Amino acid sequence: MRRLAVWLILAWAWLFGRRKPEEEKREPGKEGPAARVEFDVGSTRRLENVVIVVLLLTAAAGIAFAVLYVAYPDTQLLGATLGGALAALALAAVVAGKRLVPQETAIEEREGFGDPDEREQVGELLTEAGEGVSRRGLLLGAAGTAGAGLGVALAFPLASLGPNVDDEVRRTPWRAGRRVVDSKGEPITADRIEPGMFLTGFPEGASRQELGASIVIVQVPLDELELPPERMAGAPEGIVAYSKICTHAACAVSMYRHPKYEPTAPRAALVCPCHYSTFDVAKGAEVIFGPAARPLPQLPLRVGARRELICAGGYSGQIGPSYPGVRKQ
Amino acid sequence: MRRRAALGLAAVFAVVAAAALALAGAPAGSQEPGGGAPSAERGRVLFQDSCSSCHGLDARGVRGRGPSLRGVGEQSADFYLRTGRMPLDQPDDQPMRTKPQFSDDDIRSLVAYVGSFGGPVIPEVHPERGSLSTGLREFTENCAGCHQVVGEGGITGQGVAPDLAPVSPVDVAEAVHIGPYVMPRFSKELDQHEIDSIARYVQYTKHPQDEGGWGLGHVGPIPEGMVAWLLAGAVLLLVIRLIGERASG
Repeated sequence: MRRLAVWLILAWAWLFGRRKPEEEKREPGKEGPAARVEFDVGSTRRLENVVIVVLLLTAAAGIAFAVLYVAYPDTQLLGATLGGALAALALAAVVAGKRLVPQETAIEEREGFGDPDEREQVGELLTEAGEGVSRRGLLLGAAGTAGAGLGVALAFPLASLGPNVDDEVRRTPWRAGRRVVDSKGEPITADRIEPGMFLTGFPEGASRQELGASIVIVQVPLDELELPPERMAGAPEGIVAYSKICTHAACAVSMYRHPKYEPTAPRAALVCPCHYSTFDVAKGAEVIFGPAARPLPQLPLRVGARRELICAGGYSGQIGPSYPGVRKQ
Repeated sequence: MRRRAALGLAAVFAVVAAAALALAGAPAGSQEPGGGAPSAERGRVLFQDSCSSCHGLDARGVRGRGPSLRGVGEQSADFYLRTGRMPLDQPDDQPMRTKPQFSDDDIRSLVAYVGSFGGPVIPEVHPERGSLSTGLREFTENCAGCHQVVGEGGITGQGVAPDLAPVSPVDVAEAVHIGPYVMPRFSKELDQHEIDSIARYVQYTKHPQDEGGWGLGHVGPIPEGMVAWLLAGAVLLLVIRLIGERASG
């Protein structure tokens, strides 16, 4: 790392230091239009090819982004293709700007302004400017293709804002009768939990990737539990399950504070590590701090014959993050 | 005249403060009842001196100030005293790790006294029997939410999750069983092998292997992002400079 920093400083010094003497050698006023850079027709053609190839690369990377977005949305590859497209476009612009378009140093002298000869010369210069580029049409076509490819890439992420999100938020893998298992797939029994503990549960035999899959289970002594009356049945022995997905920005609510001695410490609550939304477990996960606008929805449970926890119905509210439409639900 | 009065008042305050400090420091191991050997009896005397204002003369607690210590066992007494979390200045403060307030012998006496009411003993922990990869998995799943994945600590809604750099394997095992302050308990959730593994992982986090090169204090993506921007900014300036140069040909 240190070597890299030293290298950067050296490169910097070299870049900024080396041009000075060259510029000083010139005598002001003595260079006329003759100081113009000559065209090198041979290399221009090769450079045009380079620019065209790089522009086509831009288009290819842009289209690759679009294809990946649909077929295999791996964020690393998406980033690489979109970044590659933009980098190639930049490279094409740099090469074209520096090497292809004729560079010239023109000093216009004050006297003789309006002189017909000079005017003629200026006219000549203007026509010459276009002559350096031999296959203008092909270059413009390649630039158009690059633009179109990149445009396709940029249009695709708009699909992420579409109605697909809605479905995902409304779907849950929980069905009444489905057992609650832990991260290793073993059923969670009512004996595995006690006040002061929290567990993460998943639906048995269903996808854990879905937004509604993970729940957090805590136990609150029954005399302290203040759920709406119709939801009390879903918390047998005070064992209550809430969606683990924060209702603010869909982070996993992975922190639980449980006071050792309540009078001198804050109330038992689930806390989201992203923005510290805090949900009171004894009061139906109502928000007591932070940016979340709605409580975590409760998943009703019952205790089975072998003391295992079983899902007893659907969530009490909308799971997942808040955005216009579900915020107040 | 006024100035002299103010000076006099300051002097009085200084004397009172010094006296208060001396008194406060006195219980911390200066008394040696019943000889020097640690014993529950010596612990009882120390307890009544230093702990009873919140936990009660008979360790049954004082409502609103401190919980009953009957049944918490040697485990809790050892954890809170050895890590300097107790005694607290104010009952509402969060107990934080500090220098222990008692000598080792006094701590052993107090632990024996609190343990005499029954309750869990100091847990055994064998980090060398644990597995580092199991430890990483269990730590990530159960502990990292608050303590951060390399144990740097953090904030968890009205509580500070301490940095785990100074902790010993026994501290880890005790905390997992007790759930001090607002930390949840994990005693039912984790078996002995998992606790051994977590203790081993916590020891590892004190000197983690930084695969990527720079550790940058292991405090997460924000400083890492800032460093990345700084370096990328320098490189971008070089590129801009190169682009802006006139073609020499």
